[in-house]
Amino acid sequence: MSRIADRFENLRKRHRTALIPFITAGDPQPAVTVPLMHALVEAGADLIELGVPFSDPMADGPVIQQASERALRHRISLARVLQMVKEFRETDADTPVILMGYLNPIEVIGYEPFAAAASAAGVDGALVVDLPPEEASALIEVLRARGLDPIFLLAPTSTAARIEMIAEAASGFIYYVSLRGVTGASRMDMQEVADKLKEIRGKTDLPVGVGFGISSPEVAAKVAAFADAVVVGSALVKRIAELATQPEKINADAGSFIASLRASIDKVGAAA
Amino acid sequence: MSPYALPDERGHFGRYGGIFVAETLMQPLAELRQAYERYRNDPDFEAELQLDLRDYVGRPSPLYFARRWSERLGGARVYLKREDLNHTGAHKINNTVGQALLARRMGKTRIIAETGAGQHGVATATVAARLGLECVVYMGAEDIQRQAINVYRMKLLGAEVVPVESGSRTLKDALNEAMRDWVTNVDNTFYIIGTVAGPHPYPAMVRDFQAVIGRETREQILAREGRLPDALVACVGGGSNAIGLFYPFIDDAEVALYGVEAAGDGLASGHHAAPLCAGQPGVLHGNRTYLMESSDGQIIETHSVSAGLDYPGVGPEHAWLKDSGRASYVAVDDGQALAAFHELTRVEGIMPALESSHALAYVRELAPGLGHDGIIVVNLSGRGDKDIHTVAAREGIVV
Repeated sequence: MSRIADRFENLRKRHRTALIPFITAGDPQPAVTVPLMHALVEAGADLIELGVPFSDPMADGPVIQQASERALRHRISLARVLQMVKEFRETDADTPVILMGYLNPIEVIGYEPFAAAASAAGVDGALVVDLPPEEASALIEVLRARGLDPIFLLAPTSTAARIEMIAEAASGFIYYVSLRGVTGASRMDMQEVADKLKEIRGKTDLPVGVGFGISSPEVAAKVAAFADAVVVGSALVKRIAELATQPEKINADAGSFIASLRASIDKVGAAA
Repeated sequence: MSPYALPDERGHFGRYGGIFVAETLMQPLAELRQAYERYRNDPDFEAELQLDLRDYVGRPSPLYFARRWSERLGGARVYLKREDLNHTGAHKINNTVGQALLARRMGKTRIIAETGAGQHGVATATVAARLGLECVVYMGAEDIQRQAINVYRMKLLGAEVVPVESGSRTLKDALNEAMRDWVTNVDNTFYIIGTVAGPHPYPAMVRDFQAVIGRETREQILAREGRLPDALVACVGGGSNAIGLFYPFIDDAEVALYGVEAAGDGLASGHHAAPLCAGQPGVLHGNRTYLMESSDGQIIETHSVSAGLDYPGVGPEHAWLKDSGRASYVAVDDGQALAAFHELTRVEGIMPALESSHALAYVRELAPGLGHDGIIVVNLSGRGDKDIHTVAAREGIVV
């Protein structure tokens, strides 16, 4: 069983909704990332999504675009991101780490060398935003062969046929994009999300995480009522951006934000 | 050999093309594919398109024999396909007219587009004005500075021009931003991509709308010379004017196809916009194609005196035509393009766009070797009025 499946199984037994923070590797500077990952776990993160910076992040809103730009000023490559995961693994053998990014940096390395290096570094899954399952069979094969989970997105626009296809292609969990838009937008329709999740659950037993518009402990709690995982990206990255010139304060601030989300989510779990 | 029939069902030209977008756009792209398949075979749609191309765009565009220029080059007879005489002054409108009709058939009320030099933005704003559709054009903040006149033209036409401040603040970033708008407003919005790039079906659809250039050329040259040309030459940024000219000739092996990229300060300098000549295959903007990228897969900034060629990718069909050997891709630098700009202006009284000047510069190299029986058709894809400030600035003149 993969570290991701294992973690979700464990959480399910404890009736706990997973909290998955997203940060961009190397933002605002490389030295911040690994200690921040540990701080997030300390504050209550169950899995970590680590963004691989890309020059043309087409599916991201301004907050995560700018995080990519800050990281790229330090020339953070995919190889460098893998080094960071390896370093994180030295003192955390349990928390699953998922890389989230775009296809081109992987194309440059090559699928098989990427899968080998990611696996060796201790990565557990990869979510390639601009790689739909129709184009993904070659990458899925090499990821699976190395025990890595291919994570896929589902969206409000996904039809029943697409949900089935993606449930087939994915493992680990499925990431439901809660709104029509880019990361960090703020017009989530809670009822629509709940209804769509019901439809998705009718077609797969995989855990379903929800993300793209979760900005506060209140929204996180509402989503936690029906999701297996809550993904928080832009709201966290925005706080990191505000402390870009005082990086020594990032861990404490990000930690307290994650802890507040954790507490809010757990209240829902306790009530359920 | 079976006739050319790419792309396949999923938009592949060999290993290139395809659909590489986030899940939210997969269904809207499927709807666009279905709508396009339906209307391209619909006689009413075709009739409306043909009428617009004739009465609004001003087609067919002439195929002009450049007698003095041919004599000066001392070789082949050179014909200019006069896309510069279209409404709005470039080939771009062939495509925007077609996509706008499709948008209206699909019930979309809002049009978005990306633009670099502003030609596609103007062509989009133009058709949106005519059909009474809301229009938003994304343009890199850097390009807005360089192309103030086109920005004002778009505003006069009623479009909102949104400056894009992310990344390198140029065309590629405008495309990213238009995609982000589309993903947010898919229900009422139609995204008119201006070149043969992007996710399927855009490369095929834009090609089909631009192929009118090649179909007319074929008829015109047969009427004039009684045979097909020896060579077709066109500039390649994203590659829409080149594909438009080449496509109806792909099965005619005796017609050589030359795509001319922008070598900027020279290929060796690294400051250029020539992914086919000096890039590698990768994935950007929804398709797999040749790209200008760093060793770790980041897209790098391009350079060309011609804003319309200043793009780090290229249409996937060109990538396939290159690998298959059917077309040849070459590059000419800023200086060569400017020399051709001046020469055509002085010898024929036709001021070409700097984009088209790249194709002309290559004709200067190609024509002498073909001999007096040779025939070359070059796509004069746009007029040069928009570029006079750039040309003047290069010569230290303030207009």
